[in-house]
Amino acid sequence: MNTSSNAVTGSQAASQTIAPAAMAATRPFYWSLRRELWEYRIIYLTPLTAAVVFLFGFVVNIIRVRYQMHGVWPVDPAKRHELLASPFAVSAGLIMGTALIVGFYYSLEALYGERRDRSILFWKSLPVSDLTAVLSKFTIPLAIIPLLSLAVTMVTQFIMLLLGSVALLGSGVNVGEIWAQSSFFRLSLDFFYHIVTVHGLWYAPIYGWLFLVSVWSPRAPLVWALLPPFVVCGVEKLAFNTTYFLTLLEARFLGMQAPSMQHVSGSIQPMQHASGGMQMADKLVPVHFFTEPGLWIGLAIAAVFLAAAVRLRKYRGPI
Amino acid sequence: MACIEARALRKTYGATVALDGVNLRVEEGRIVGLIGPNGAGKTTALNAILGLIPYQGELRVLGRDPWAQRNQLMRDVCFIADVAVLPRWIRVSDALDYVAGVHPRFDRAKAKTFLAKTSIRLTNKVKELSKGMVTQLHLALVMAIDARLLVLDEPTLGLDLLFRKQFYDSLLSDYFDRNRTIVVTTHQVEEIEHVLTDLVFIDRGRIVLNATMEEIETRYVELVVRPERIAAARALKPINERQVLGGNILLFDHVERQQLAALGEVRTPSIADLFVAIVGNHASQAQGAAL
Repeated sequence: MNTSSNAVTGSQAASQTIAPAAMAATRPFYWSLRRELWEYRIIYLTPLTAAVVFLFGFVVNIIRVRYQMHGVWPVDPAKRHELLASPFAVSAGLIMGTALIVGFYYSLEALYGERRDRSILFWKSLPVSDLTAVLSKFTIPLAIIPLLSLAVTMVTQFIMLLLGSVALLGSGVNVGEIWAQSSFFRLSLDFFYHIVTVHGLWYAPIYGWLFLVSVWSPRAPLVWALLPPFVVCGVEKLAFNTTYFLTLLEARFLGMQAPSMQHVSGSIQPMQHASGGMQMADKLVPVHFFTEPGLWIGLAIAAVFLAAAVRLRKYRGPI
Repeated sequence: MACIEARALRKTYGATVALDGVNLRVEEGRIVGLIGPNGAGKTTALNAILGLIPYQGELRVLGRDPWAQRNQLMRDVCFIADVAVLPRWIRVSDALDYVAGVHPRFDRAKAKTFLAKTSIRLTNKVKELSKGMVTQLHLALVMAIDARLLVLDEPTLGLDLLFRKQFYDSLLSDYFDRNRTIVVTTHQVEEIEHVLTDLVFIDRGRIVLNATMEEIETRYVELVVRPERIAAARALKPINERQVLGGNILLFDHVERQQLAALGEVRTPSIADLFVAIVGNHASQAQGAAL
């Protein structure tokens, strides 16, 4: 008994002497986050690649269209809108879709890769708690990837506007129209809302599930991620002849029951409504989304999955 | 104060008993060699000390419970695990940045000084380095941390002779002082023989020898005896006997040196010979018991 109480006072004395070297609690979190970006360069390279590929297609398209139109502008406003505004929706869909795939891939890899390459022994040799490690990793699909894809989308669309304006210069077409039709700033606000609600909060339980599989699975995490939901669907169908679980999964993935999703699908063609701008502004009020019980149930499930992942990582070593 | 204190430490994996009631006390400022055959429980013991696995029994490392307080403990404890575990994708400069970012007692300049003595460049990625260089990098990171306990589990496995010698040389000259404790496991006992202050043999999850090097020198004596005196020597009950060219070598525990000197040439046994005698006997006794 004596020795152990001595030991405690001894370590306290030592920690007092190193007090000046103490660091803010957020520093390990910040560096863990940077560490993820060093390891998974795919996080930013993929949306950037998608953007570059899309811009290339866009340039080809405006050259082609200008050649075909010979500077004659369609009279029908709906056609004009489609010509000018639809590439903006497509680019956003492409970049954000790519980011979503990267987010799922990352979530499945985050706590599995470190065990596979044995580097978990190195990470665990440093004073970073399992909670900090898991939370910093979870920030990547929850916030970093969505916000990054939003930034890439906005920059891409801005470049598209500039390119479109340059292409239309001297064609007799009013350059202002492309800015009006693309409704750049309002769309950006829409995208931001969509990113935060759907890519971040609504999909949180999916990321959480993938994290849990990632920390637990002895190998082949993809199989372990897909198999249990598949089995549950099958057993439910067989035993009760119902498909509640499948419907639930569908709703989660497609976000069909998420009010924010309905709102965004409407926003992609804002000009179909005569006073689209006003309606959009009304719908942006997030009260519908944040009163949706599915959101809170999903976040609770995500929290349970994450807590389990933190707990399990403590027990996990290299595979 | 004790750096490591274990009482009745026990760890089982299913039916396999990896640690079978280990009692161990390591004082501060010691360099302890933890030696044992494959599967003896060395790595399990170290993993328990490092807070990587749960265990039964009582264990305190620098006054802390390693399993419950791993991340606090890691401010004062460093370890290099059995093979290179540095992530292959990391750049050397990023590794320095990261450790500096998360470790309050890391001295970046010191690590750079160590690296300057090697052919590792800051722009290298770990996957571009040879196995020996990865170990050098890991050692540079660890030596730049002002830790109180350093745990090395087969740190030189797979390295060539020059790297191995250099590894222990820099550990002794640039790192070790009386305030630090080092626990090291290795199969190349002859290389750490002159480095250690304490020797612990572990076999089948139990400690079979725990002594300082001074105690070993006074306690164990090796006698090279010519054939005509072998009967007299055997009467003193050696714990081990082996034949070499031109005579027998007998190992004695607690027998007076002067008494033995009359029978032949006496000397202190090497760790390797002591290991074979003690752990080998232990193994054959256990087999006898099983029969």
